[in-house]
Amino acid sequence: MKQFISFVKKEFLHILRDKRTMLIVLCMPIVQIILFGFAITNEVKDARIVVFDPSHDAETSRIKQRIESSSYFTITEEIKDYKQISEVFKKGKVNLAVVFSENFADNLLHTGEASVQVIADGSEPNQASSQVGYISQILSSCQQELMAQYHVPFSIKPDTHMLYNPQRKDAYNFVPGVMGIIMILICAMMTSIAIVREKETGTMEILLASPVKPIYIILAKMVPYMVLSLINLTSILLLATFVLGVPPGNLFWLVMLSVLFIILSLSLGLLISTLVDTQAAAMLASAMGLLTPTILLSGIIFPIESMPAILQYLSSIVPARWYISALRRLMIQGVSVQYVLQEFSVLAIMAFVLIAVSLKKFKIRLM
Amino acid sequence: MKNEDVIVTEGLTKRFGDFTAVDQISFRVHEGEIFGFLGANGAGKTTAMRMLCGLSHPTSGKGTVAGFDIDRQSEMVKKNIGYMSQKFSLYEDLKVWENFRLFGGIYGMKDKQIKQKTDRLLEELGFQGERGTLVKALPLGWKQKLAFSLSIFHEPRIVFLDEPTGGVDPVTRRQFWELIYEAADRGITVFVTTHYMDEAEYCDRLSIMVDGQIKALDSPARLKEQFHVKNMDEVFHLLARSATRTDS
Repeated sequence: MKQFISFVKKEFLHILRDKRTMLIVLCMPIVQIILFGFAITNEVKDARIVVFDPSHDAETSRIKQRIESSSYFTITEEIKDYKQISEVFKKGKVNLAVVFSENFADNLLHTGEASVQVIADGSEPNQASSQVGYISQILSSCQQELMAQYHVPFSIKPDTHMLYNPQRKDAYNFVPGVMGIIMILICAMMTSIAIVREKETGTMEILLASPVKPIYIILAKMVPYMVLSLINLTSILLLATFVLGVPPGNLFWLVMLSVLFIILSLSLGLLISTLVDTQAAAMLASAMGLLTPTILLSGIIFPIESMPAILQYLSSIVPARWYISALRRLMIQGVSVQYVLQEFSVLAIMAFVLIAVSLKKFKIRLM
Repeated sequence: MKNEDVIVTEGLTKRFGDFTAVDQISFRVHEGEIFGFLGANGAGKTTAMRMLCGLSHPTSGKGTVAGFDIDRQSEMVKKNIGYMSQKFSLYEDLKVWENFRLFGGIYGMKDKQIKQKTDRLLEELGFQGERGTLVKALPLGWKQKLAFSLSIFHEPRIVFLDEPTGGVDPVTRRQFWELIYEAADRGITVFVTTHYMDEAEYCDRLSIMVDGQIKALDSPARLKEQFHVKNMDEVFHLLARSATRTDS
C-alpha cells in the first residue's frame, strides 16, 4: 500500500508539473461545450432572407410579416429582379430566398392555388434543411389561417413535432458527444502517452527491476487521470445544466455509466501503451484508432441509423457509441436505468475484456 | 573478501528469433567485488544484465542472483538488487528529494528513514542545496551521481550498473568511481558494464564479451599478463578484433 501511495503521489506530480497540459485538459471540455453551444450550431436564428415579391398584395405582405416577426428569420432585402437571387447568394449575404408568384392573392382566391418558391443555400445542407423546415412551417400556418378565413372545409396541415427536443436544441445532441470525446482523449490518449513516456525515458526499466508489482504501476498511472476525468465530468454537467439548460436527468446512473466508461477508456489507453514504444506512436494510435472512430461512428455527427449496414456493424465495436447512446437516454429522455441495460452490459463486457487483455499483454511485453 | 558467490550463471542464453544475443555464458561473481562486464556495443552485455535483473526471461541455461533463481524467483531477486540503466533513470520532472521519496517508498522504507537517509546522502554528495531542484535542471554528471545513489538507496546486496558513465567527462567519471568504491567497501557487490578501458582497470575482476560469448575473465593484471600487453585497451582490441557483429 505504501508503495502504491508513493506511486500515486509521483503520478500526480507529473501531471501538476506539466502545467500547460493540465490547463489544456481542464479547459478543453469547457471550450468544447461553449463552442458547440454557441458557435457551432444548426439551430436557426436570425437567418437572412431576401424576398422577391412581384405581386405586392395583402396576402404576400401578411406572409412577409409573419416571417419577419419570427425570431428565426430577418428579411434583409427585397429585390426587384428575379435574376438578382443568384447574385446575392454568391455574395454570401443571405441564407434563404423566398419568391412569390405573380398575382399571388388573385390566384389564391380564384384558383385556390398560389406558389411560393423557397431557395436555400445547399452548400451547408444541414443548415439549409432546417431553415427550409422552419419556413415551411410558417407558410403552412399562414395557409391554414387563409383557409379558415375563406371557409374551405378541409385543411391539411404538415405538422412536424420533435420528441424530447421541441426547440430542436443542439445541446441535447452534442453534450453526450462531447463527454464521450473528452473521456477518450483524457483517459485513453493521455494514459497511453504517460505509460509510453516511461518506456521512452528508460524509467520503466528501473521500475520493473524493482520489486514493485506491475499492477501497482498501472493502477497508479490510472488514478490521476480518473480524477481529472471526474473533474471534467463535473464541469461538463454544470455547464450543461446552468449554461445550456440541459439537465443531467438521471444523475446517479449517469455518473455510474461515466465511471464505467472511464475505466474502459483507461484500459484502452493501457492496451495502446503495450502495443507501441514511442509517445508519438501512442498519440497517433489513439487519434487514429480511438478518436476518429469515436467522432465518426458513434453517432455524434452522423446518425448511426442512416449509415450503410457495414458501418453500423463497425460502429457497434466503438465503445463511445454505447456510452453516448445511453447518455442521451439518461440525460435527455430521463429514463430509468432498465432502459439502458443493454448499453450498460455491452460497456461492462468490453471493459472486462480490455482489462484482461491489456494486463496480460503488459506483463508479457516487459517481463 | 567473502567467498560466497552472489551471481552464478550456467550456460545462460538468450535468443531473439535466429539471433543469439547471449550465447551460453557461465561465470561467478563474488560477494563484495567490483565486477566489470565489458564488450563492444551489441556484444550482448545489456541483454545479459537484463536477464540477471529479472527483466527478461532466459531462453535456456540458468542463473542465480543473491541465491535466488533469476527465472522463477525474480520477485525475490528484485528485492535484493539495485539497477541503474543506460538511459538516464531519474524522473526529470520531479525534485531531487521527490525522487528519493519515490524509490524509498517502492522498497518499503519508512518516511522517517527516507528523510534521514536523503539528508545524509545529499550531504555526502555535497548536494544539500539541490534538495528541492527539479532533476532536469541539474548537469548530467550530477544526475548520474544521484541516479547511482538512488540505485543503492535501499542497501541492496548487488547493484547492476549499465554503462553508468556514458557521456560524462573524465573528472566526473573519476568521482563516480569513488562512489562505486565506497559502495563496495560497504559490502555491496557492484556489477558494471562499460566500454571505457580506463574504467576496466578499476574493477577487481572483469569479463570480456564478444559476439554474445565470454572470451576472457580474470583480474585486469592477470589479463594483461596473459595477453602480454601493457594495458586493458590492448587486451580488448585483441579480443574484439575477432568480432563478427557490428554495432547494432
